[in-house]
Amino acid sequence: MTSETYTLSVNGNNYQVVDGHPSESLLWVLRERLELSGSKNACEEGECGSCTVLVDGKILCSCLILAETAVGREITTIEGLGSDAEISDVQKAFVDAGAVQCGFCTPGLIVTIEHLLKEDPNPDELTVREAISGNLCRCTGYGRILEAVRIASKNLTLQSKEEENQ
Amino acid sequence: MGVIIAKSVNEACAVLAENPATTVLAGGTDLMVQANRGAHSLESVLDLSRIPELKKWTLQDGEILLGAGVSYTDLAETQLAELIPALAQAARTVGSPQIRNAGTIGGNLATASPAGDTIPVLVAMDAILQLKSSTDNREVPITEFVTGVKTNVLKSGEIIESIRIPVFEGPQEFLKVGTRNAMVISVVSLALVTDYLEKKLRVGVGSVSPVPFRATAAEEFISQEFDWEDKGHLSEKIINKFSELVANSIKPIDDHRGTADYRKHAVGVLAKRALERVCVSERS
Amino acid sequence: MSGLQTVDTGTKGPRIGENAIRPDGIPKVKGEFIFSNDLRHPDMLWGGTLRSPHPSARIISVNTASALKMTGVYAVLTNEDLDGMPLYGLEHPDQPVLADGIVRYQGEPIAIVAADHPENVRLALEAIDVEYELIKPLSDSKLAQETEAIHPDGNLIREIDLIYGKSQGEGEITVEGTYEVGMQDQAPLGTESGMAVPSEDGGIDLFVSTQWLHADRDQVAACLNLPTEKVRLTLAGVGGAFGAREDISLHVHLCLLAMRTGKPIKMSYSRTESFHGHVHRHPAQMWYRHHAKSDGTLTRIEARLLLDGGAYASTSSAVLANATCFAAGPYRVPNVEIHGAVVRTNNPPCGAMRGFGCVQVCFAHEAQMDKLANALGMDPVELRLKNALRPGDQIITGQTITGTAPVAEVIETCAQHPSSVGSASKQMELPGGAGRTADPKNIVRGEAIAVGFKNLMFSEGFDDFSTASCQLLDGVATITCACAEVGQGFVTLAQQIAREILGVEEVILAPASTATVGSAGSTSASRQTWMSGGAVKSACEEVRIRLLSRIAESHELDVESLVMVDGGVASLSSDFFIDLKEATSEPIEVEEVYRHIPTFPLNENGQGDAHVSFAFSAHRAVVDVDQELGLVKVVELITSQDVGRVLNPLQLQGQLEGGAAQGLGLAVLEEINVVDGRILNPSFTDYLLPTALDMPPVEIAALIEQPEPNAPFGAKGVGEPPAISSTAAIASAVRNATGLELQRVPIRPTDIVFPEKIDND
Repeated sequence: MTSETYTLSVNGNNYQVVDGHPSESLLWVLRERLELSGSKNACEEGECGSCTVLVDGKILCSCLILAETAVGREITTIEGLGSDAEISDVQKAFVDAGAVQCGFCTPGLIVTIEHLLKEDPNPDELTVREAISGNLCRCTGYGRILEAVRIASKNLTLQSKEEENQ
Repeated sequence: MGVIIAKSVNEACAVLAENPATTVLAGGTDLMVQANRGAHSLESVLDLSRIPELKKWTLQDGEILLGAGVSYTDLAETQLAELIPALAQAARTVGSPQIRNAGTIGGNLATASPAGDTIPVLVAMDAILQLKSSTDNREVPITEFVTGVKTNVLKSGEIIESIRIPVFEGPQEFLKVGTRNAMVISVVSLALVTDYLEKKLRVGVGSVSPVPFRATAAEEFISQEFDWEDKGHLSEKIINKFSELVANSIKPIDDHRGTADYRKHAVGVLAKRALERVCVSERS
Repeated sequence: MSGLQTVDTGTKGPRIGENAIRPDGIPKVKGEFIFSNDLRHPDMLWGGTLRSPHPSARIISVNTASALKMTGVYAVLTNEDLDGMPLYGLEHPDQPVLADGIVRYQGEPIAIVAADHPENVRLALEAIDVEYELIKPLSDSKLAQETEAIHPDGNLIREIDLIYGKSQGEGEITVEGTYEVGMQDQAPLGTESGMAVPSEDGGIDLFVSTQWLHADRDQVAACLNLPTEKVRLTLAGVGGAFGAREDISLHVHLCLLAMRTGKPIKMSYSRTESFHGHVHRHPAQMWYRHHAKSDGTLTRIEARLLLDGGAYASTSSAVLANATCFAAGPYRVPNVEIHGAVVRTNNPPCGAMRGFGCVQVCFAHEAQMDKLANALGMDPVELRLKNALRPGDQIITGQTITGTAPVAEVIETCAQHPSSVGSASKQMELPGGAGRTADPKNIVRGEAIAVGFKNLMFSEGFDDFSTASCQLLDGVATITCACAEVGQGFVTLAQQIAREILGVEEVILAPASTATVGSAGSTSASRQTWMSGGAVKSACEEVRIRLLSRIAESHELDVESLVMVDGGVASLSSDFFIDLKEATSEPIEVEEVYRHIPTFPLNENGQGDAHVSFAFSAHRAVVDVDQELGLVKVVELITSQDVGRVLNPLQLQGQLEGGAAQGLGLAVLEEINVVDGRILNPSFTDYLLPTALDMPPVEIAALIEQPEPNAPFGAKGVGEPPAISSTAAIASAVRNATGLELQRVPIRPTDIVFPEKIDND
């Protein structure tokens, strides 16, 4: 087995991987080498979105990214959202809206939704459903998740209005 | 050898020339699935995803030169969607937003799955692939590029550099049957492209054969019958005949995604609906 | 009785009936919550399983020599390495830990490997050489009872002949039908995973996702030949269950490898392995004949039910009992004759999945009720109301409903609730979605209602109980309960109960472990709110009693005058007040075991007071159908449910929405395709779960709150009913749209385009 050494930039931090195996996916490296196990491995074939991360501002399935090819890119995982001081509006909305049951789909969904609301702060329901169509949830039926997006969108809109007025 | 991230097409070709056994990786949406299952060992990999030339496209002399690295998202959302709407429609049906951000048209072609969503569209458009190696450039029409299930004519050391796609004047439709409303593999699909200039209708059918399929008999019939002055108003009889011709020209298989009978029937329905849509009567 | 007056404890934290933030909500949204897939230990090795590719074969030889020599491999074990009980099983131990000379289903475990990297595990598994002699698999459940036994226990797992009442004349109208339900998978997003850590006392600590810690522990201990005290199970974070985790899967394997290597072992199944590695919903073939008078009164129902249990028994016996007991639906029928059987085949083993036998028969009995309504020229809602069960009625096992049964209210509120959807206008909203296959003119809309019911808790005399302990110290309550939290929100409820009874703000939940508390029973059968909620309630109440006694004694007060109030204890007859923190500087700790009223076995005619309580639900589905292509979009789901009492509105809504999504999946999307015992689609590519574009909003028409006597807080469990009548309603709505008989779910496009009659044979 060839041994690979490379550096990944995740959530603004540099992580060095030593003794990597060339076939390791970014998901695997995040979870098992960098101990960032927030991104999940429900299918590892790009069909569930539980491994969704942001790479250079785009949402991607980290299970389908060969880890070493992510060198030089900006990777953001669930662990990089919100701040040390408090959780983000989307994260808070998920908790408040009852959108979390088992929670396995939650990190991937939150990454997707944070990205959606940055691009489109006030999406209609169909737009949201299409945006999260790559994130499977087996527990909730998506109802409370959509409500969480409504709440977060409203809060973000209020905040940006406040910022405008300042 | 590990992973090499190529910065240019020439570099990529040079790597492949030196080590033909290297696995070529673009978006990873097919390859990584196999790798995660342990079905594909990735000891040496050539990553094409950062080659700028491959992500570009240009419009020149009524033809689009589309870089093989253009993603489904870009096909579906940019100006390309206006120029080649059927390809944009097809791109929008692929996978999920995450998959569409990663997957590329070149990858779809290289994987050469009978269910590859862009293939019926490119077939209908007579697309031509530009293949490159360190020693050679050549062009291969799409119908000659895919030769069987997951089999293509790429030679050792060759990559797909770009695809030449004519820009047609006239409406285009892409329809795909899948049993779920998102993230589905195609059970059957159909692309219909109108070419007002040459007075031809072009039909590509997907997921019904190991190699890309053009419904030529049906095309000939409808290109004759189509009212090129009025651009529409076809009788029900003609639409049904067209539908029958398309359905009867295919020899699909039974598999766990659909039966042969269903595919035949469904293709007929798609053909009818696509044709009805390109008839201009209600178009603005 | 002192302290049990319903005085508002005044705590500011959310109590019973209110919404409460889940205690694990913030860790989950931050990605910090540790699921069993996320467990890590610095010295750990990875485990893997070699599974049979064949559904039926003799094992001639297993050669592990090459595998053992490979890089990074620490152990390779087969059934020859087993020391204890070689079989396990939730109801009856009939399933080998590791195959012994024969494999009976595709995916049956044969050998296990421990290595230092998953890649080395994979290579070692590939290097194990197994020689098979293929046997023709028994894959047709109809032939199981005529075919040679594929297991020493025989091919008939259980048979029930239910005879209720006497024939009272045939009735003027009869309608007959044959129905089929395909194999559904629970598909929880978290796959089977866990870690076993060997301990110095020769025992083992197992951290695993499960639905029932103590049942797992007992089976694992028996298989390892260890006393139960030496096997300690702690619940790791669970990524959903829905029945898939009621049986053990990797538990014994993890422990065997840990004990052999002396190192912690981690396993995490891939999705494909997960499909092979747990039980599925029983496929069912059902024949029914309904008899009724011309005014719609049901007079007699006959039915034959055949469930395919697959290779091993799992919980097939109980699933059949449920299917049979609830086969007639929530209706009064004076005479019923049902023959039910669950058989063994070389198909994938089947067991618990949300709804547990009632899903299958609901699909059939509601189709029958629609047929009957049609034959009578009667409105389908009126027909159901006419025959709807009421409190005091008997169900077909002869048991009288002594609790609540608001069937009519559930039906009426669901039927009368206004629809909020207009015609779909955007292409993405039409059947076919992004595939752009349809235009509005190709679409037909249909609507239908379906009603179902089920038992809550376990039945047939099973001694079901739950245990919880409550400690009150320094004003903080700590609850210890082994109730497996699988996402349903019991952890939230436990806190609400403690706040309600003790007036505390802070409620700590101790980790769920077999080492620290007795069994809470299974997280299944919609039982935990009642049983573990009941145990927590009992423990908290006893703590309160003891606290008030202690205060009364030490302050020479009349205990009858003391009540819990916001932050402390006060007297109703003086201005005495003591701060709770001060009053509990010495801990009070109580462990309580909660049991429900006894139930009894079914006799040879399927008669007996076998069940504790019943819950009823109705769904109304609106569907759009593209009949030419056979594509369906469920546009709206409206539901009413009999809930007893709402304990947490948001969590309840989550159950109703999530259960309906699984019902929708079974109706139009989900099926494990098995051909000759082989699974054709063990992946999310082809086992299609509903996405956000497939699932409509779920509108709650009514939550009928008639407190259930005997139930803690009067609350009924709510997890399963939403998955029961939803499938039936959607199927009926598609029938309404297309005029087709549609005898089978999931409804596939070919079923609409090329309908084929399913005959009864």
